[in-house]
Amino acid sequence: MILPWTILFLIIGSLFVWLAGRWRPLAARWMSLTVLALHLAALLWLWTQSNPSASSGQVLQSSSTWIMEYNVPWIPQLGIHIHLALDGLSLILIILTNFLGIIAVGASWNEIQERVGFFHATLLWVVASLTGVFLAVDLFLFYFFWELMLVPLYFLIGIWGHKRREYATLKFFIFTQFGGLLMLLAILGLYFVHGRTTGIYTFEYGQLLGTVMSPRTAFWLMLGFFVAFAVKLPAFPLHTWLPDAHTEAPTAGSVDLAGLVLKVGAYGFLRFLVPLFPEAAFRIAPWAMTLGVIGILYGALLAFAQTNLKRLVAYTSISHMGFVLLGIFAWNQLSLQGVVIVMVSHGISTGGLFLLVGQLYERTGTRDLRQLGGLWEGLPRMSRVGIVLALASLGLPGMGNFIGEFLVLLGAFQVYPVLALLATLGFVFAAVYSLWMVQRIFAGSRPTHMPKLPDIHGRELALMTALVVIIFWLGVRPQPILDTTEPAIQNLQQIVNQTYRDEEIGDRRLEIEYADNLYSPIINLPEGRTP
Amino acid sequence: MHSLWLIPILPFAGFLLLTLLSGWHRSQRLTAVIGVGTVGLAAALAGLVGYDFINTPPETGVYVHTYWTWFKVGDFAPKIALHLDALSLIFILVITFVGTLIHLYSAEFMAGEDNWNYARFFSYLNLFIAMMLVLVLADNFLLLYLGWEGVGLCSYLLIGFWYRDPQNGRAARKAFIVTRIGDAAMAIGLFLLFDNLGTLDIQSAMGQAAALWPVGSALAMWTAVMLLGGAVGKSAQLPLQIWLPDAMAGPTPVSALIHAATMVTAGVYLIARTHVLFTLAPAVMTATAVIGALTLLLAGFSALTQWDIKRVLAYSTISQLGYMFLALGVGAWSAAVFHFMTHAFFKALLFLGAGVIISRLHHEHSMFKMGGLRKELPFTFWVYLIGGSALAALPLVTAGFYSKDKILADVWASPNGGAWLWAAGIVGALLTGVYTFRMIFLTFFGERQPLVQEFSPLPQPGWRMKLPLGVLAALAILAGFIETPPTLGNISLLSGFLRDVLPPLADTAISTTTQLALQGTAVIASLGGIAIAYFFVLKRPQTTARLVQTKWGAVLHHFWFNGWGFDWLDNEFIIQPFVRAAQMDKDDWVDLGPTVAAELSVMAAKAVDGWHNGRLRRYAAGVVLGAVVLLTAVILIQ
Repeated sequence: MILPWTILFLIIGSLFVWLAGRWRPLAARWMSLTVLALHLAALLWLWTQSNPSASSGQVLQSSSTWIMEYNVPWIPQLGIHIHLALDGLSLILIILTNFLGIIAVGASWNEIQERVGFFHATLLWVVASLTGVFLAVDLFLFYFFWELMLVPLYFLIGIWGHKRREYATLKFFIFTQFGGLLMLLAILGLYFVHGRTTGIYTFEYGQLLGTVMSPRTAFWLMLGFFVAFAVKLPAFPLHTWLPDAHTEAPTAGSVDLAGLVLKVGAYGFLRFLVPLFPEAAFRIAPWAMTLGVIGILYGALLAFAQTNLKRLVAYTSISHMGFVLLGIFAWNQLSLQGVVIVMVSHGISTGGLFLLVGQLYERTGTRDLRQLGGLWEGLPRMSRVGIVLALASLGLPGMGNFIGEFLVLLGAFQVYPVLALLATLGFVFAAVYSLWMVQRIFAGSRPTHMPKLPDIHGRELALMTALVVIIFWLGVRPQPILDTTEPAIQNLQQIVNQTYRDEEIGDRRLEIEYADNLYSPIINLPEGRTP
Repeated sequence: MHSLWLIPILPFAGFLLLTLLSGWHRSQRLTAVIGVGTVGLAAALAGLVGYDFINTPPETGVYVHTYWTWFKVGDFAPKIALHLDALSLIFILVITFVGTLIHLYSAEFMAGEDNWNYARFFSYLNLFIAMMLVLVLADNFLLLYLGWEGVGLCSYLLIGFWYRDPQNGRAARKAFIVTRIGDAAMAIGLFLLFDNLGTLDIQSAMGQAAALWPVGSALAMWTAVMLLGGAVGKSAQLPLQIWLPDAMAGPTPVSALIHAATMVTAGVYLIARTHVLFTLAPAVMTATAVIGALTLLLAGFSALTQWDIKRVLAYSTISQLGYMFLALGVGAWSAAVFHFMTHAFFKALLFLGAGVIISRLHHEHSMFKMGGLRKELPFTFWVYLIGGSALAALPLVTAGFYSKDKILADVWASPNGGAWLWAAGIVGALLTGVYTFRMIFLTFFGERQPLVQEFSPLPQPGWRMKLPLGVLAALAILAGFIETPPTLGNISLLSGFLRDVLPPLADTAISTTTQLALQGTAVIASLGGIAIAYFFVLKRPQTTARLVQTKWGAVLHHFWFNGWGFDWLDNEFIIQPFVRAAQMDKDDWVDLGPTVAAELSVMAAKAVDGWHNGRLRRYAAGVVLGAVVLLTAVILIQ
């Protein structure tokens, strides 16, 4: 019963926060902080309890892969269940979600002054639906949460955003909706294929794994998922919604977008796309990885070109997510664990960068790099944090991003050395844009019209300190996270190996007769009576 | 030896203290005590560890201590472990010792800065020492890589220390990005090592490589090439040497410590450390030697033409690093380490001396505005003369003579070397003599230029500057006597000490006559260089001026002055295209697709918008028309 409560708690919490906001804005802030803090405490407790490192080695039976599970029928006639399950991977991502939720509340403390109650309710709503996405193992439920997540984000950007918010929200919505629609079609396709071959119509992830189908069908269904996840990640060339959404979003929205929403795409690839369609996924792996490499270099190049700080950070996200795509389709332990670390540390460091942009904007009223500069002396603490974040972004060893990206490259090198080689150029490109950013904000001389600005302290300093400490922790001792996700990753690899083997056997047994032609209405006919 | 971990941790603690407490400590004295003290303690400890190591050497010649596993994914489990052997011991001794001296010097040199900058300076400098120590003590490549990138970061921060001037920021970024190109190559080398040998542990990787890879195998070659790429970037060798002259934008003690004595020799350390791998790749060894030879010549010519005293020293550093690469390339590992050591002493000395001059002349870098400083700054003059003589390899009495002589003898004798490489070294020696004494004559001899007269009498440096200068001057002479050629006493303390780690050259037996002839040529080259400098700078400056004014003289001068056009090439063919591409695609062409789709749908909507106009007659006509079309279609298809 813990799992549904992790979501319900947030939903109920968001209602109370809304009500509290009608009474007093400050109450809404404190209340959402309390809700998230309690939730985080519970999750951390769960983490210490689960301690999968102790039991690693005997994790491969599918029943014991979940740390925790909850399963009740929802619409049993259609094979839809409320099936939530937690493993190391989802646990880490949920903790990240929750933590960044707290950061987002902290970031909005001064920035948001309108409809404070509703704002915080929406924030909690984002966290709740993301938690649902990471927990759902019924494809229908997954899709439900997937779409649910859009609504609060739409509000976040559309109501509290900046000048061109209508344009940005619409673009964001259409892009994700477009991907989501394709995913829905793919889910339904998979549902029917599975139902026809086995007679069991279900959205159950565990049962849909290893569905036998023709490579053609597998390819098209896989593509539906691919587009949806690639839009969210975002992968080149489906990334163009991200810079606009970031630019117009309030700080909290940007933190959520970069830190969390992008991770949903990566999670989808890891949990659903490759395990459900291993063969099709491996067939397109070189292309997907090429897209990843293009994303790394293209994102970095465009980050360097930007003059709007938020757009710059948005493009760095695209660059970093290229590593995720590269690592996922390399699909070995090194690269997958690397992907996990990239996801977490990118969430933290990019969240931090957006926070920094927000703080700068609160002080200077601009995000235009051409109007900034020379802030080092006046804002030593903020500059120190900013430089640390920039260095994390360029992958300096000792910080989390380096571990993740190095592992991804190390893993990818074993599969496609040339692609890994090109991706390594990303290290150089990242240095170019990161140092350029430092130069434009902190170095140089201060524009004459700029007044003396207050340095960060108190709340802002606490948020930043937390992020910086975690970045270094990830760089020096990432083992707790790696240990937690290791059984989950191994399990995913096991599933893929299993399916892959079955498919090979199946290929030999019935070379032509895949019973999954979507257009043939009748199936399982007696011998000799094919339509 | 169990306190080995304290050596890098102490400066790191200094860094943390200075950074985290920057809001509280307001006195320069406290900052200096923390900054200099932690490094000094580290040096003392390194001395103790060294004493320990020499007196009671570990049985295997190596002391390794593992602290914890950094992280573990499958078989990949890099450790946080330190590795002390003869090679790393020499490096940590030089780093901490020279580091302490330069820290002490900086305490006075930087006193003009405000407290905040003063603390910032020392915190970076301490971090640098810590990272450099990690680099040379690391037991595996990943930890080495951490130190490697860490020193790069400190170099970046310190070059751009005076951040208000965008030029300094530009130089800092250039240094970081150019070296990072090398670092990326090195990372690929690490991928290759791990992919094929299954470990990034330095010793076991080297052991495995020797066991699995035959000499000249493609894998060994590619891996060595990639590591060489990293080394070339850090040590400012062709074609990545372009960042070092600009790196002089940082405060002068930084140039002394990072861009002369220690960090830039990281490449030398890396190759010496992985010499097993390089031995497996003879072609890469040859490439290393050729790169070294070319670099030492090119940088030597460039040094001839500079007017900025620090840029002369910078090009000279590139050139001397070229000698080390030349030595590495012919397998003369210990000769390279020997030259690293003597170079660390005399080049740090020269930079610190230049720092005295520059600070006394209110940040004037031009040698042509100095002159006659011999009388103004006598102490500085004498130590500078010693440093310069060591750089120019003045025979018999200077450390530079012995280390350069060893390199040249080994280049001649090595099967990998030969007459051509040796000749390059000799020409380089001549050039070194010329540019070094050109610098000395211009600054200390001749007439006092107006600028000097204006500031005269120049204030003498205090003890915190004099002490390091004096000690380094002593070392610039004495350090040579630990390793002398067979013709001159045949002492081999250093190479004997390194024997277990770095094998001596297999085939160095050359006859005494050859040896004497080689030495004679080298002596003639360096003395000849000094003589040429005397002639062209002091005796006949008009001749020099006329020479430069001739057509070819002007072209060559321009060419050399600008570092053989490498900056121009890079700017034209790498930087500008990159920037232009970025500028052109600033608004992201990929977005055109969705934008066009959106525009089209808006247009389509507008096009059909008129139909929805509420007039019943139109609607009825539409229905009829539609029905007719459909029916016709049905009939036709039937």
